Formats: sequence, C-alpha cells, structure tokens
Amino acid sequence: MHGITFDVAHLLAGSLVLVSFLELYQDRLYALLNVYAAHALVLAASVAWQALVQDAPHLYVTAAIALVFKAVVIPIALHRIIVRLGIHREIEKVVGVGFAMLAGIGLVALAMVVMLRVTQEADPLAREDLAFALSVVLLGLLMMVTRRNAVSQVVGFMSLENGLVLAATGAKGMPLVVEISVAFSILVAFIVIGIFLFRIRERFDSVDVQIVSTFRGEAQ
Amino acid sequence: MTFNALPGVLGIPAFAAALLAALPNYRVTARLNVAATTLTLICALSLFFTKPQPGAYLLVDDLNGTFIVLTTFVGFTTSIFSASYIGRELEIGRLTPPFVRFYHAMYQVLMFAMNLALVANNIGLMWVAIELATLTTVMMVGIYHTHEALEAAWKYFILGSVGIALALFGTILVYMAARPVVGEGLDAMVWSILVARGSAFDPALLDLAFVFLLLGYGTKIGLAPLHAWLPDAHAEGPTPISAVLSGLLLNVALYALLRFKMILAVNPAAIAPGPLMVTLGLISLVFAAFMLYRRRDIKRIFAYSSIEHMGIITFAFGMGGPLANFAGLLHMTMHSLTKSAIFFAVGHVAQVKGTQRIADMGGLTETNPVLGWTLILGVVAIAGLPPLGIFMSEFLVVTSTFARTPVLALVLVFGILVGLAALFLRLNTIAFGEPRGPTAEAKASYMPMFAHLTLVLIGGVYLPPVLVGWFEGVAKLLG
Repeated sequence: MHGITFDVAHLLAGSLVLVSFLELYQDRLYALLNVYAAHALVLAASVAWQALVQDAPHLYVTAAIALVFKAVVIPIALHRIIVRLGIHREIEKVVGVGFAMLAGIGLVALAMVVMLRVTQEADPLAREDLAFALSVVLLGLLMMVTRRNAVSQVVGFMSLENGLVLAATGAKGMPLVVEISVAFSILVAFIVIGIFLFRIRERFDSVDVQIVSTFRGEAQ
Repeated sequence: MTFNALPGVLGIPAFAAALLAALPNYRVTARLNVAATTLTLICALSLFFTKPQPGAYLLVDDLNGTFIVLTTFVGFTTSIFSASYIGRELEIGRLTPPFVRFYHAMYQVLMFAMNLALVANNIGLMWVAIELATLTTVMMVGIYHTHEALEAAWKYFILGSVGIALALFGTILVYMAARPVVGEGLDAMVWSILVARGSAFDPALLDLAFVFLLLGYGTKIGLAPLHAWLPDAHAEGPTPISAVLSGLLLNVALYALLRFKMILAVNPAAIAPGPLMVTLGLISLVFAAFMLYRRRDIKRIFAYSSIEHMGIITFAFGMGGPLANFAGLLHMTMHSLTKSAIFFAVGHVAQVKGTQRIADMGGLTETNPVLGWTLILGVVAIAGLPPLGIFMSEFLVVTSTFARTPVLALVLVFGILVGLAALFLRLNTIAFGEPRGPTAEAKASYMPMFAHLTLVLIGGVYLPPVLVGWFEGVAKLLG
C-alpha cells in the first residue's frame, strides 16, 4: 500500500469519526445542523478520494450526492423546518455531555476491537475504513437514543447512514453503491418531508402515564 | 414450455401501481387492484412448472417459490377484502378518494417490492427491495393521519430505518468476505455464487456480518426486543395492511435472513447461526405470550400474537434439520393464512362496532353470528388447537425439539400455553356475553376468510403428498 493514498483515506475517515463526536454534544439545533453539513462534506471528500484511488468513476456520483444533497439541500431544508416549527431556540439535554462522550469513546473502542480483529486478512485500507465506518454507525445510533427531538434524531440517522456509505465505498469494487446511496437519499428525503408534513416536534414520549397507556392500547 | 413468468410477477404490480395512481374512481381501482393481484398469482403459480434460468439479479428456486406463491395468494385474497373494507371506510368518511387512490397504488408497490425481495439473487438488490417495502408500509400505516397513526408511522419509520441500515452494514461485510474469493464486482454479491463458494470465505467476517443481519432483518421480522414498532404499526394502519404486514412482510424479512443463514451453513468455520435464532425466537415467543394479557385493543392483541408466532418460526428454522425446517415452513404458511383471515374478520368487526377497544365490543356471536363464529374459528386456529393447521405445525416443532433438546421444548410449550390462555380470555369478552356497542349488519366479504380458514383446516387434517414432498425438498435445501 503506497503511503500517501492510505494516509489521506485514513485522515478523511478519521475526521468523519471526529465530526461524529462533535455532533454528539451540540445542544442547539442550528449548531447541530452546521456540524452535520460538515460531516457530509467530509464524507464527500472521502468518497471522492476513494473514487480517485480505486479508479472507480461511478463513485463520483455518490460523492456528488453527498456534497449537494446531504451537505447543502438537507441542512437548508431542516433549517427552514426548524424555524417553521418554532423550535429554533430550544436547547435539549437528555444525557450529560460527559456521559455521551464516554459512551461514544467506548463504542469507538468496541468498533476498533471488533473490526480490526476480524478483518486481519483484508487489505489495510478497507480494514481501517470499515473500522471507522462502524464507529460512525454506532455513534449515529448513540445520538438517536440520546436525543428527544425528532430533528436531531433524524440528524443522528443521517450520520449513521454516512457511516454506511463510507463502508460501502471502502469495500473495493462493490457493485450497486450508487444505487444504494440513491435509495438512502430517497429514504432521508421522505423522513424530512415526514417531519415537515406531520409537524413532529418531539419524539412521542410523554411523562403523562395516562396518555402513554392510551397509545399502547392499555387504557381500560 | 419456454414461457417465463418472472417478468409478470414483477411487471404486473409495477404497471398496476402506475395505472392505479392515475385513475380516480375507487370502484374501478378496487376492481383493478383485485385483477392485478389475480394475474400476479397466476404468474406466480406458473413458476411451479417452468423455472427461469437464474441470472445475476433474479433467481427462482424451490425455497422462494414457496414464499412467492404464499405472498401472491395472500396478496390476492387481501385485495378482495380490501375492496369491501375500503368501500366502507369511504362511506363513513375515514378516508377520502385521493387517499384511496394513493392507497391502491401503494398496495401494488408493496406487492412489487415484496416479490422483488423474494426473487432477488443479488443481496444488494434484495436490500433495496426490502427498503422499498418498508417505505411503502410506513406511508400506508400513517394514512389515517390521526395522532396515533402518525406516532405509529414515525416509530416504524425510525426503527425500520435503523434495522435496514444495520442489515446493509451486514450486507457490505458479506461482500467484504466474498471479495478475496470470488473477486471484485457484481459476482461477489450474487447469492447463488456466494452459497456455492462460501466455504472459502473468511469465517470471522461472516460471523460479524450475520450478527448485523440478524439484528437488522430481525427488526423487520419483529423479534423481541426489536419489535417495538410492530404493535403500533398493526393497530393504527388500515386493516388490510395489518393483514399483509403480519401475513407477508414479516415472512419476507425472515426469508432474507434464511438466505444468509444458508451462506453461513456452507462454511464449516463460521459460527452456527442456529443458536442465535433459537434464542431470539424463544425470547419473542415468551415475551409476546405474556404481553397478550394486558392488551385492550383488538388489533394489538393479534399483532403481539404475530410476534409470538414469528418467534416460533424463527426458532424452528434456527433448530434446523429436515424435520424442524419442515415444521417451520408449515407453521409459516399456516400462520400467514390464519393471521390474515383473523385480520379480515377483525377489520369488519372494528367497522361494525366503530372502535378497536375490546371493552366496547361484546356478544359478537349474537349480533353478527357469521362474523363472530369466523373470528372464533380463527382464534381457535391461531391458538393452536386441533384439528387446525397450526396445531399440526406447532406439534411438529415441539416434537422435533423434544427429540433433540427437551429443555427448549419445555420453554416452547410454556410460551404457547401462556399465549393460548390469553387469547381465550380476550375472545370470551369479544364473542360471548352481553352484546355491546352498535349491532349493525356487517357488509363483509366473507370469501377471503372462508378460503383461508378452509385451507388451514385442510392443512390440519390432511396434507397432500405433493405439498409434503415440496416442503421436504425445501427443508433439505435449508439444511
């Protein structure tokens, strides 16, 4: 493996994990969206680099989707939705920053241990990429469970999905990557439209036991 | 004969979806919907006689042949039920014509997505198809736009998306495992090539991939503890969709998992996927059986009962071996038929009574005898009493387990009995006693229910040797 190819890919994938950590402790929605845009930007750069070193021109399509759709269109759309729903001033805290960061570090360590151990045979580039990708996926999941607001849950889901795209592009020569990234973009678009149409402000949990039990069909 | 029915199985629903989206009149579209599902069923049946050559994208073998015929058959009967159900919903104003148009188009898209997932020979294509099916059902679950329906749709959406995201990660790992052996490119995602050369794959990668696939597709199967979306989605969506979700979509997700299990089975160094599936299956069974007790909503009861039965089916396939696989296949078929018949009955009951709350309905056998007794027959069947089909398949699952690991069979029997008691407790309130709620005559279409329950009865009394031979072949294929 020639040095510079590997190092740049390593740097970009590592940056993606770093930006995931940045997302984890944003307590204002605007700031969260900006960090997510940066996340998508790093992903676009990483995918474009893979397209270059793997000599796989179709991956540029995936990079372009990440750049245009995820780094620009979706953040702007969510930005407007936040204003419309009147939740732009809200600050959300479900678990403390310290706990979230510690849990995140634990998950990244887990991803490294698991992936690096099982992929000893694979080539180093794909191997490290996969380990980083799993970290990003797990951090996205962590974000989804620690947030209450529908918009930040969606941001968590989208960064999870960025991790998957990273994994798919890192798997050299994988077919259908473009199709899969398009399918995911459609999914994300539906989610965003869903938030807007249904005016989902919060995850539907309530401390009012009566309401919760009606939802579960347990009310007498 | 060189007639190839595969384009029909995929093309008819796709074409019908476009057509139904364009036509405004609901009477016409409801009939067209039935016509399209009939044609798809005929195409699917013809796959029994001529199997097209497997390609890089599509494949028909005995395993998915079974699933395709079951899917298209229940899709067909549900479309008949749906026509009368939706007509009634329009009458009482719960749905408006534009939504019905949307609903019919989505119904066909769902059929297309499920058929595509079943015939896909490419694990990437299979994933895309299951994603499409998820999206379609999410939109149908939220179609009533009530607060509860939107909550259910959102929950299903988020949990389903996470599930399929994990499944994709597993799919990528399978590709990574196959790449050094099969080579780069399309071939490393073609299932028939994967299963032929799986013995040389890196076992550690396959193990990890299966864990992700089990969690991912397991969410779609509705296995506890990943089932949270399922009861809500069943309860708040239109009843035909509950029938299709329980009867078909859960099977499709299970089918995807089975395909990957087969890849692992050919690799001697990989973990045995069986114990993982057995564990999740038993947890789902016992958990759902206890959850049945506190339900107050008629559709939620049967949603939990679906979790219970998917648990049994996953358990049976996890045990593996010719007998357990045979039992699992039979149970899956019987469960699909019975559960959709129950949902047909429940849909009409809820329409007559104007509510889904069990407390507000009672004495059904007096007020609507046909509907009431059909529901009773359905519940007797799903609870696993003889002489109906589910008794037969549960009996096979239990006896085949007893022969190998008696302890597991005890847990299994315990779960089934707990579930049975809960179902009869609720059935008593609904069917007998003082009549409660409105007592209007139901404008029901009984044909689909009777057809399903007759098949279940026949399945319990006498299994035709052709079917037995067929299932035995598939069971052997599953290993």
